[in-house]
Formats: sequence, C-alpha cells, structure tokens
Amino acid sequence: MGVINKQRNILDFTLSSLGRRKGKNLALVVVYTFVIFLLASVMFFAHSIKKEASLILQGAPEMTVQKLVAGRQDLIPTRYVDTIRRIRGVQSVAPRLWGYYLDALSGVNFTLMANADLKDRPGEIVIGNGVSWRSGTGKGKQSIRKNDIIPFKTYDGSVLTLKVKGILPFASELVTADLILVSEADFRKIFSIPNDLTTDLVLQVGNPRELSTIAAKIKQMHPDTRQILREEILRTYDAVFDWRGGLIIVVLSCVFFSFIILAWDKATGLSGDEKREIGILKAIGWETSDILLMKFWEGAALSLSAFFMGIFLAYLHIFLGSFILFEPALKGWSVLYPHFRLTPSINAYQIATLFFLTVIPYTVATIVPSWRSATIDPDAVMRM
Amino acid sequence: MIHLQNIRKVFNAGKPNEFVAIQGVDLTIEVHRATALRGPSGSGKTTLLSILGCLSRPTSGRIMLEDREITSLPERFLTEIRRGTFGFMFQQFNLIKGITALENVMLPAYPNGENYAVLKKRAMDLLGLLNLSGKALVKVEWLSGGEAQRVAIARALINNPAIIIADEPTAHLDTRLSGEFMEIMRQFKKEGKTILIASHDPMVHESNAIDRIVDMRDGKVMAAGDAP
Repeated sequence: MGVINKQRNILDFTLSSLGRRKGKNLALVVVYTFVIFLLASVMFFAHSIKKEASLILQGAPEMTVQKLVAGRQDLIPTRYVDTIRRIRGVQSVAPRLWGYYLDALSGVNFTLMANADLKDRPGEIVIGNGVSWRSGTGKGKQSIRKNDIIPFKTYDGSVLTLKVKGILPFASELVTADLILVSEADFRKIFSIPNDLTTDLVLQVGNPRELSTIAAKIKQMHPDTRQILREEILRTYDAVFDWRGGLIIVVLSCVFFSFIILAWDKATGLSGDEKREIGILKAIGWETSDILLMKFWEGAALSLSAFFMGIFLAYLHIFLGSFILFEPALKGWSVLYPHFRLTPSINAYQIATLFFLTVIPYTVATIVPSWRSATIDPDAVMRM
Repeated sequence: MIHLQNIRKVFNAGKPNEFVAIQGVDLTIEVHRATALRGPSGSGKTTLLSILGCLSRPTSGRIMLEDREITSLPERFLTEIRRGTFGFMFQQFNLIKGITALENVMLPAYPNGENYAVLKKRAMDLLGLLNLSGKALVKVEWLSGGEAQRVAIARALINNPAIIIADEPTAHLDTRLSGEFMEIMRQFKKEGKTILIASHDPMVHESNAIDRIVDMRDGKVMAAGDAP
C-alpha cells in the first residue's frame, strides 16, 4: 500500500509541477501531438486502404489470362476459351471486355467494361458515382442522372449515344469511381473490336493449390499469353500502398527530426529553477530514485497525452475526415479521386511501433539529464 | 545525541583550488537542547551543519547518531535517516515556487508512502499551529517573508523529526519576525526537540531559547559552552 501511495503522491506532485511550466509544456505537447497525428494518419491510411483493396479483390477472379504481342498486352482470341476450359481443374472461363475511354469533353479517362447483365440491353449503361459527379461541365454538381444520355465517340469516328440506366452504389466507390458498364455490343462498337477477340479471360479454379499448375499448362498451350494470379495483384497493391506510405513517411521524417531536436532541447535542458528544485527535494529527504520517478512520470504524462491525442486526431482525420491532408498523395490511380470513407482498421503492431519510437525515447530523454542533476550532493542547496 | 569525532571536510581535494572547510572538529550535540553555531562567514558553520544533518559526508572522521555510526552509510540509508530524524530550514527558505504552501509542507513526506488524506491533515494541523491555515492554498511566491519562513518551519516538522536544523534562519527577517522565530524554537525545544542553529545574528545567540553556543573560526571549534 505504501508503494502505491508513494507513486500516487509523487505523481500528484508531478502533475501540479507540469502546470507550473505551462508555456513550455503546452508547446511541447502541441508539436508532439502533431507529429504523432501525421505519422499515425499515414499508418492508418495505408493499412486501411490495403485492407479495403484486399477485401474488394476477394471477389476478383483467381486468374486472368492475357495475350501478349511484343511484350505488350493485346486482344486475345475468344477461341482460347474452349481450349483452356478443357484443362482439368478449371471450373469456368469467361471472356472479359474492358478498356479506357478518354472523354474529350471533361478530359477524364473512364474505365469501360462490358457487363453480362446488360447483354440484351444495348444502348444502356450503368455508371460509377465519380462519373456522375465529374463528367460533363458542372464540376462538383451531379450533372448526370438516371435516364440522361452520354455521347461516346467510337473508334470509327461516329458518335454512339448511350442512356444511363443506373448509378453504382457509393460503398463500392474505391474501385468503381470511374467505371462505366456497357453492353458487349456497344463496347465492341465504341472500340471497333471484332467479335472473335476479347480483352482478357478470367478463370475460376476449383482448388487454389492447382493455380500455378493450371497457369503453367495454359502457358504451354498458348505460349503467347501471360497468367496473372489474384495473389499477385494483392501483392502489387500492398507494394504500391506501402511505397506511397513510405514516401510520405520520408517527407514527414523531416518533421519528425525537427520534433526530436525540439524535444531534446526542451526535455534535456534543465533550467536553473528545475535544478534548484531537485536540490531542494534531495535536501528535504527525497532519494535520487524518487526524483527519477518524478521525472519519469513527468515525461510519461506529457508523451502519453500527446500520443493518445495524436492517435485520436489521426483516427478522426482518416476515418471520419476523409484523410483530407493526404488525399492527393496516397490515393487514386486516375483523374477521378473517389470520395469514400475507409472502414476503420487499426494494426496493433503499428501502434506499438509508433509508441516505442516516440513515447519511450522521449521519456528516457527526460530522465537522463535529471539523473545527472539528481546525483548532486544534497548539501549543494545549503549554498544556493 | 550526535557525536562528531575528528571531523575533517576538504572540498576539491587534490586540485589547485583545494579548500579545507572543517579541520579536526570534535563536538557533541546534546538532545532536547538548543545549540547555536556562531562565527563569521567562511568559519565552517554551514558545512558543519550539513555534516551533522547527513546532507554531506566528512572527508575523514566519525559521526555517531545515538549509538550508531553513520559516517559511511550508503546514500539511500543516509537519506532515510535525514528524512526521519532531521527537519531542515534553509537561509533562503528554499520553498518550491508555483505550488501551494500546503503542498510545500507535504513534500518531504511524499517518499514515505503515507496516505494522502492523513498527510494532508497533518500538514494542515501544522499550518494551523503556525497561524497559516488561511494561507494553505496560496502559492508560496505570494507569501510575505514571515509567512514563507513559517511554511519552511512547517515543512521541516512534517515528518516529526527529533532534530531541527536551521541555517541562518533570521537572515531575511526583521527584528519582530526574528523574535517570533526564536519563540517558536523555544516552544519546540519545550516539546522535546533538539535544535541546531547556525547563525551570526546576535538575536539568535542572545535569545533565551539557546542553551549552548559553539564558536567557530577557520573550520575549527574555538569554544563551546552554555549560553549566558
């Protein structure tokens, strides 16, 4: 009980001591919180977007087969479907038509994709939320609504007008922001693609462990193709977002190092008053360890407050504030930046890393100079 | 009883600025009595006081507290003895600014691990005894010289020490306040405490609270005897 009371009493004194140097401590907490906020924001964002992407890709085909000509992707003959379907272990093979369409009016690249649901409904399209907001002239206003007509310039120079029959839900915006779903016939008309060719083939495989074997068989059967596995796409996404996150961290490291210099200066430079106080405490019966305990509580109180405030603000910024500060740097492949909210997802390992890289060094930095002062002879105070 | 035997204290030993502050002092401080160390500046009063109060160790010699030799005890034990046996009053009061009088009084007891409420009550009682109840929650920098002195007295008493040590306690007080201070010391002596004061203020030596005077000069005890 005595030990707890001692800790409590010293903590009480520490907290009232912090109030005595309001300016210094407040400035430190503000800068400290800001640094934690920035670092935690990057970490939260990169982690959540990777998780989001991987969740979305769960529904993606396990394997995509593309034809290559001179190392670049080319249209693949639809007859490949029949030969690939015959490979043991392949559950289904389907041709897929997709591509990019530059809308000259808005200067935006849309992703066009042929959709099976629209097969018997030529002339109709379903558009992503970003398309409805950004295409046309009125940026920021929803300029395209259901039943509106969008003109497409085809590759043979004519104009094809298609009617909007639906807008994709907001929740899927990360991947559908710039998406336009069209019928197969309209797709072929816009891009002048003959009926015996398609963009790529997607496969479902019964046993995921057979994926690499099946891929090897397809390669043997059609040496002009490449096989892309879902796991490979996931790995690429991870690498891309890690790279982007890393880039931001590198930029932020300047801020971080400035903070270290500031913190080192503030935490380690004991003022004359602080040294005098340590002398008085020793003279009236405090041990060196009591003084170190007090300084430990002081550093811990400051850095923990800043740490939790920074984490809290980063959470608000990323998950409720739509990561407004990092949006252009971390997100978006095309001209259309999707507007969406990330599902909160926090990695405990990352939080722990941040904790050990900030709170622990700061707390230690406050103890070291105090230790030097605390080992002075208590009689020094008699001569002050 | 504190018994000093052939005490020597050398600062910066072996360096060009070596200084012998105390040389070969033998002295016995009797319990329940008030002793004053008298002498000019630089005579070694403060150094001897800090050795007596376990604030510093002598370079050579022996210190006996009651029947226990404490000369070479490690810092931790020395601190425990200092906290439990001695109450200190310093020339500049040495109160900690920015916190209240009450917190200042409680400070020496924090490392004991006492219950906060019990400790607070004892501190309030002490402040009441010194007519400072109304100033308990006032920050010490707002107190007058006399009030700050009494807070320092209360702080010295919080751990109920057997020996009170005061270094030039009246240096910053006027005649009236100095008289009041000596009266408080007389009361404590009456309650059974041992008082040890280093001062060159005649008001201290001539006070009827003082039983014994030790004259010092150049780090040596020149004379020791009962006060007239």
